[in-house]
Amino acid sequence: MCGIVGLFAKSKAIEAGLGAHLSNMLIEMTERGPDSAGVAVYRRPASPGGVKLTVLAPAASYAWDELKKALIEQVSQQVEMEIHGNHAVLILHADAAGIYDWFAAHFPELHINSSGVSIEIYKDKGLPENVLNRFEVKQFTGTHALGHSRMATESNVTIQHSHPFSTGQDLCLVHNGSLSNHNRLREKLQKQGIIFRTDNDSEVAAGYLMHRMWQGDSLDEALESALENLDGFFTFAIGTRDGFAVLRDPVACKPAIMAETAEWVAMASEYRAIAVLPGADSAECWEPAPAKIYSWSH
Amino acid sequence: MLGTGAGEDLQLESLMTPHCIDLEATSVRDLNQALHELNGTQEKSDWQITNPKGRHAVAVGIDAPLNVNIDGHTGYYCGGMNKHATITINGNAGPGVAENMMSGLVRIRGNASQYAGATAHGGLLVIEGNASSRCGISMKGVDIVVRGSVGHMGAFMAQAGRLVICGDAADGLGDSLYEARIYVRGKVAGLGADCIEKPMGAEHRRELSGLLAKAGMTGLDVAQFRRYGSARKLYNFNIDNVDAY
Repeated sequence: MCGIVGLFAKSKAIEAGLGAHLSNMLIEMTERGPDSAGVAVYRRPASPGGVKLTVLAPAASYAWDELKKALIEQVSQQVEMEIHGNHAVLILHADAAGIYDWFAAHFPELHINSSGVSIEIYKDKGLPENVLNRFEVKQFTGTHALGHSRMATESNVTIQHSHPFSTGQDLCLVHNGSLSNHNRLREKLQKQGIIFRTDNDSEVAAGYLMHRMWQGDSLDEALESALENLDGFFTFAIGTRDGFAVLRDPVACKPAIMAETAEWVAMASEYRAIAVLPGADSAECWEPAPAKIYSWSH
Repeated sequence: MLGTGAGEDLQLESLMTPHCIDLEATSVRDLNQALHELNGTQEKSDWQITNPKGRHAVAVGIDAPLNVNIDGHTGYYCGGMNKHATITINGNAGPGVAENMMSGLVRIRGNASQYAGATAHGGLLVIEGNASSRCGISMKGVDIVVRGSVGHMGAFMAQAGRLVICGDAADGLGDSLYEARIYVRGKVAGLGADCIEKPMGAEHRRELSGLLAKAGMTGLDVAQFRRYGSARKLYNFNIDNVDAY
């Protein structure tokens, strides 16, 4: 069992309180996933030509200054860096494609949680409330965000096993469910050049979507083929640069509810995560149908 | 025995005034404990519950003819195991509403999520909006009346009772059905294994008419409904039926 939440702002007031609203939603999902938590927040887009990375270090005491120095010398003359414990958000002016290789060669202990223009991914072990406080998510403004609370059922509890998983530039995935064909699919994708860091099934779903989009699929096309090729139970929420999408498997055992007002669109595993939003009492609520892609964008 | 004087007034007043429980101030556990203390009695008091906000297991395990009104949307298993009580949800219900109900009435003014009325043995479940997937899964004698439509796998493995759908039914209706009867007014996207359409006789029109009246559904013509039931081919495993599983 896991909890997933998503919030898409339709007004400036919700954008201003996005982090606080998303935090309230995710804390409601604590009982569904007390092992670890994570959020993807879309905010403060990098200026044209800039690439934004969220980088995860093995410990909060990491020597971030050395990374910054090396980046300035070898990658980008301009480097903006904001440190949040064991995470750092970087804005570089460089070719996004080469950055992963550079990190792998020079700072292999660092993991790139996300890359894009506006996405930032924060995740850690522990109760959602503690993880959210660690990164001061309640202070964040932004246009839209996803969150995940994890109750591990098939693999270890580590930061790397936590959601959201990056699936490409400004793209990420959170998953509630379990996949049964992930081992074979992981082997196939590895042969295609997709790198996996864990034995987690959801990371395979993320890798699968990434692979499809590298092949030229649109997000909707990639999700359509996920229905064919992912065997198991899932409710997915997928963050994109401009919004988010929701997809449930054809059997649709894993719960999901969506709600909309003039101010926001929200999705969650349960209504109680939506009940904390302003105006929830009068929101239009519905359950997403199985095997149907729902998406919102700004 | 009633007391006298001021005591009598007080007792009379408490009989007339509903118990008001705000779930922002009282825990679900305390609410359910207060309801369970009346189990086995003939108490008919009114209970007004506010701010459910998707909380789980609101008003489960009642065994008394109470009248419970819930204002707002409920989470998992609201009204589960109900016996004798009348429970009204003025909102939407989360997964497993009225699961394993034994008797009484659960009415949902909005929509119901997955597996509404699962394994319920008796009573009446009324859903004034739509029901999601697996409505009436393994029902064992409950009557379910849905004013709107139901999602996929309605009445899956349903053993006894009646499921009335005034709107449409999604795919896989009545899969592996035993002896429950299904009435559908709208379109059926597809029948599950061993579920077939059966003729509507006068006794079925009478039965349906009674169910609609009991559920308070008016303005519906029983002639617009079709009846579905079990072909009784899957009761025992037969290798010739393997394709149907």
